[in-house]
Amino acid sequence: MLVSIAWQSLVSRRKTVFLTFLSLVVSISVLISVEHIRLQAKESFNRTISGVDLIVGAPSGELNLLLYSVFRMGNPTNNIKYDSFTMLKANPSVAWAIPISLGDSHRGFRVMGTNSDYFTHFKYGNDKPLSLATGKTFDGPFDTVIGSDVAISLGYQQGDQIVIAHGIGSTSFVNHKQAPFTVTGILAPTGTPVDKTVHVSLPAIEAIHLPPSQLQKLVDNPQLQLPQPNSITSVILGLSSKFATFTLQRQINNYQDDRLMALLPGVAMAQLWQLMANVENLLKIIGYLVLLASLFGLATMLLATMNERQREIAVFRILGASPKLIVSLVILEALIISILALLFSLAVVTLSLTVLDSWLAAEYGLFLSNNVLSPDLFILSSIIMGATLLTALVPGLEAYKKVLHSQLSCR
Amino acid sequence: MLTKNNPHLMNSHRENLAIELCDVVHTYPNSNNNLASLHFDKWSVDVGQQVFLYGDSGSGKSTLLNLLSGILAPQQGSIKLFGKDISQLSNSARDRFRAENIGVVFQQFNLVPYLTVAKNIELAVYLAKSSRQQLTQSLSELTSALKLPKSLLNTPVANLSVGQQQRVAIMRAFINSPQLLLIDEPTSALDNSAKDAFMTLLLDMCRAHNTTMIFVSHDNTLERFFSLHTPISSFCNGLTKQESN
Repeated sequence: MLVSIAWQSLVSRRKTVFLTFLSLVVSISVLISVEHIRLQAKESFNRTISGVDLIVGAPSGELNLLLYSVFRMGNPTNNIKYDSFTMLKANPSVAWAIPISLGDSHRGFRVMGTNSDYFTHFKYGNDKPLSLATGKTFDGPFDTVIGSDVAISLGYQQGDQIVIAHGIGSTSFVNHKQAPFTVTGILAPTGTPVDKTVHVSLPAIEAIHLPPSQLQKLVDNPQLQLPQPNSITSVILGLSSKFATFTLQRQINNYQDDRLMALLPGVAMAQLWQLMANVENLLKIIGYLVLLASLFGLATMLLATMNERQREIAVFRILGASPKLIVSLVILEALIISILALLFSLAVVTLSLTVLDSWLAAEYGLFLSNNVLSPDLFILSSIIMGATLLTALVPGLEAYKKVLHSQLSCR
Repeated sequence: MLTKNNPHLMNSHRENLAIELCDVVHTYPNSNNNLASLHFDKWSVDVGQQVFLYGDSGSGKSTLLNLLSGILAPQQGSIKLFGKDISQLSNSARDRFRAENIGVVFQQFNLVPYLTVAKNIELAVYLAKSSRQQLTQSLSELTSALKLPKSLLNTPVANLSVGQQQRVAIMRAFINSPQLLLIDEPTSALDNSAKDAFMTLLLDMCRAHNTTMIFVSHDNTLERFFSLHTPISSFCNGLTKQESN
């Protein structure tokens, strides 16, 4: 009965209630989004690689190396010699080594030069290997294996031909039209940046950057040996023994024949979270301040109606309503607005994530689930309800005063 | 029997008394920030009587109704309703007593404007903790007695005419079969013919339900409807102003 009365009361003041509701929806949506993106980004990043012990690249920031090598974010600052890769591969502590060469793209998707070891040793999530949905890994010089999102977004199938562009922008004026690549395989979805990557062989990357006449010879005669690259972007290493990690890292960092830097993905990831924590906290504070402002708006709206509701309060009193019940009614109204705003915000965030899913993955490498329900959301909801209850006490106390002074003669 | 300052008469009818006031004093701050007091002498009303109290504005009519309904508690004296001294009850017990035993109709704004007729009545039943079965039965009886079309039940009260609102207020006042009905200036917004119809309806309802009624108004032309009528000044000592602290 009380809920029904509170609802009817809100409906009777629908214009002001709706504006207050919208303001709450905005603030709660911001809070839910920040919390969800924070959790999902961490989960998404953490599942991107598994079983990688060291990442080796040209000396720059550790974070930068991690971001461009694993997450296809940002740009490589420099290359390392291909000989360094062969040196690392030959090291007895190294179980496997995957070369990575970046710098080209196909219609906004990053192109990665690598070798067949990538499909054998690269793991994601909880030690899950890559698997092909259709086709096979590259065999010929101008074969390519594409990620599932590339295939879905661009509608590619096995056997289709694609042209790689120089640079990593979504629009490029230098296309390697002379040497189109044939899609030989499409990878199964992984929920990682692999899905957004076009994989080609390392020699093919080297070949498409040759002078046109030399490239044409290679295209015309597939039997010809493709050139080995002089440099690559980075190397991902898996070691035979974890105990060798720090020794090998030190050796690589002190390597004399090339300028190399080795990083432990876990350490770099921790640095990333540390860096992100400040931004997260800032966003959280802004979110909570917006929520607070909205709740003050809610309290003000309820408070402003108290004078006009004096007659209504008198009617409740003559019917035998206690002051406690009338205060509860005011607080209930505030809670109804907040609960509805929370539910609406959940719907808005879920819908936004569903709609923006591809864009977030393409632009920011974020693979976000549209399921926002989590234990953290439960805590956040409790905080919102608690804050609503506290701010509703202001109009509640005003209602209490009105109740004490309400009499039959109220006009 | 309406009695005033007659202890012998009061004792002989004590078990039949609906209202029994004994030296009640109510003090309140007036508009000049001074303390004003109203003193009600001994006064009683028998069960089933309908009494018309009249007096000028400020003579204490509404204060008396607030005291009888338990919304105000007296600083001194006792107020017994059907043998129960409500001045000794806690605030919540007085609220409960009011919900279960007293029906109130006052001048206007009797109803919660944003609720439908049915919801307004259901609210009174909910607060009195009466059963839903009783609501359905009483609602049916009252709508026919008050000649209110059933289609009106789902209409928001804001869409009703003043006369219809007053009839809904009567219906709500009777829904819990109250022992006591308190009426405060209910006809001031009605024209003469509507006023007569309202009074006839109200008194018929009270007689049919054997409900004790206290009807207050400054309009003493209404006394023709009542066999018992008295000016409030006959047992209320009026205002005594004191210096406020």
